[in-house]
This record gives sequence, C-alpha cells and structure tokens, in this order.
Amino acid sequence: MEISLKPEILTSFFGIPVSNSLVLSILTTLVLTGLGFFAVASLKVIPGKLQNAVELILESILSFFASALGSREQAEKFFPLVASFFLFILFNNWLGVLPGTGSLEFRHVPLFRSANSDLNTTFALALVSVIAIQWYGVRKLGFLKHASKFFNFTHGPIQFFVGILEFIAEFAKVLSFSFRLFGNIFAGEVLLLIIMTLVPLLAPFPFFLLEFFVGFIQALVFAMLTLIFLKVATETVEH
Amino acid sequence: MDIVAVKSLAAAIAIGAGALGPALGIGILAGKAMEAIGRNPEASGKIQTAMILAIAFAEAVAIYALVVALIIKFA
Repeated sequence: MEISLKPEILTSFFGIPVSNSLVLSILTTLVLTGLGFFAVASLKVIPGKLQNAVELILESILSFFASALGSREQAEKFFPLVASFFLFILFNNWLGVLPGTGSLEFRHVPLFRSANSDLNTTFALALVSVIAIQWYGVRKLGFLKHASKFFNFTHGPIQFFVGILEFIAEFAKVLSFSFRLFGNIFAGEVLLLIIMTLVPLLAPFPFFLLEFFVGFIQALVFAMLTLIFLKVATETVEH
Repeated sequence: MDIVAVKSLAAAIAIGAGALGPALGIGILAGKAMEAIGRNPEASGKIQTAMILAIAFAEAVAIYALVVALIIKFA
C-alpha cells in the first residue's frame, strides 16, 4: 500500500506529463461540458427531462447564493464563476469516491486518483479564486480605491498596519483555500485506503458515505467563501 | 531511535495536538449556534449557513495539522 503526496505521472502527452489526477479532472470536465451541451441542445419553453433537471440544479444554486448574499442581482453577477467552482469541485470529489480510484493500476501506479487530492489542482483553483476576487474588486471600484483598502495612508498608523495585514491575508487566502481542499480530499483518500486494507468487507461503507458528504461540504465551502470574499471586495468601504 | 519510529511518533503528535484546538472551537461554535436557533427558530436557515461556514474555517486549521502530519510520515 503506497501513499504518496505527489500524484504519480502516467505518461507524457506532447511533452506535458499526464498524472493520474489529471485523468479524473479531464473526465469531470467532459461530464460537465457534455451535460451542459446536451441540456441546451434543444431549448424549449416547456422543458424536457434533462433541461428540467439542469434548470432545477442551477436554480437551486442561484437561490442559495441569493439568500447568502441578500441580493439576487449580485448573485446573478457572480453566479458563472462561483457555480463553476462549486460544480467542478463537487464532481471532482464525487468521481473520486467511485470504486476504481486508487485500485485500478497502470504499470504499478494507480490509474485514477481524485483530482482534488493533488495540490496542483487545488492551488490552481485557489489562485483563480483570489485573482478573480481582486479583478472584480478593481473592476467595480477602480484600481486606486481597491488598492487604498490595503495601502491606507489617510486614516492613521493603525489603519495602515491593518491594511498591510489585509494584504498579507490575501496571500494567506490562497494557501488556506488550497490546503483546506487538498487536506480534506487527500486525507479522505488515505482513510479509505487504510480502512479497505484493514477490513475490506463491510466497514468501508460508512467511510464512503463520509467522503461523499465531505466532498459536498468542501465544494460548498469553497464556493461560499469565494462568494463572500467577492461581496466584500466589491462593496465600498465606509468608516 | 530508529528514524522511521521517530517519524511515526512525530506524525502522531502533530495531528494529536493539532486537532485539539479546532475540535474545541467547533464545539463552542456549534453550541452557540444551537442556542441562537433555540432563541429564534425562524432564523435557523441563516444561522445554519453561517455556522457551516465558520465550522469550515475552524476545521481548516485541523486540516493544516493533518497535512503536516502526512508530510512528516510520507515525505
């Protein structure tokens, strides 16, 4: 039973190494874009079954965001980015719980590995999230007003240091996002591996349920935190 | 002492001590949230959402400790 922090490289595709977590994240992308493509292939006013299901999911996500933000139009503005984060992370996590991840082997290396158990994936998602937060802030407030939240020369020395701390906290957010998601999903994989090594027969069942639940909660937390930081970044600060 | 033995011990201590603070924090958080829901059952949706968010923040610190323990053990 080998557990490695780094994802194992399977092959190389035109010079780019392909790891086993990349395989699952490509699969997630295909599932999501295929679902979206087929759902809008024939849009009707009275929806068919697939369009109905997709509309149900997206409408419930949108109303959840609107109730968390308090304003429906702000939720609609942030919806594409944050719902994409939510669905991508959710499907990554759920595909990683399916049997086959960690057990099927390709040249003595697991063929499938949950995409978020790879620090590269979670770090990339965290970078996109934090850069998008800065981007939305600059676009709404203008560069000088957004920078004056961090480099605050007009309100006295204490506010100046608070601003510097906020600036450092932006970098800490990248680490925090990526390690929260990575730690949860990787620890879940290690847990499942160890339980299946110890008692393979019936004991893994509650742990699979736990991983299913944890995957959902981590996707929700990532999306909600991004949403709340977006809201804070685009509101004008009054003292 | 054998280096593998020391590594295992270090990983155990890292996660053991590191999970103490977040566990207490989550317990206090959830307790206060229960109190708030008991006082005002109509706001329970909002309270629940905020509670889940705050619990995720507190749990993240436990996850940092777990990552350190895994790095000690497996790298």
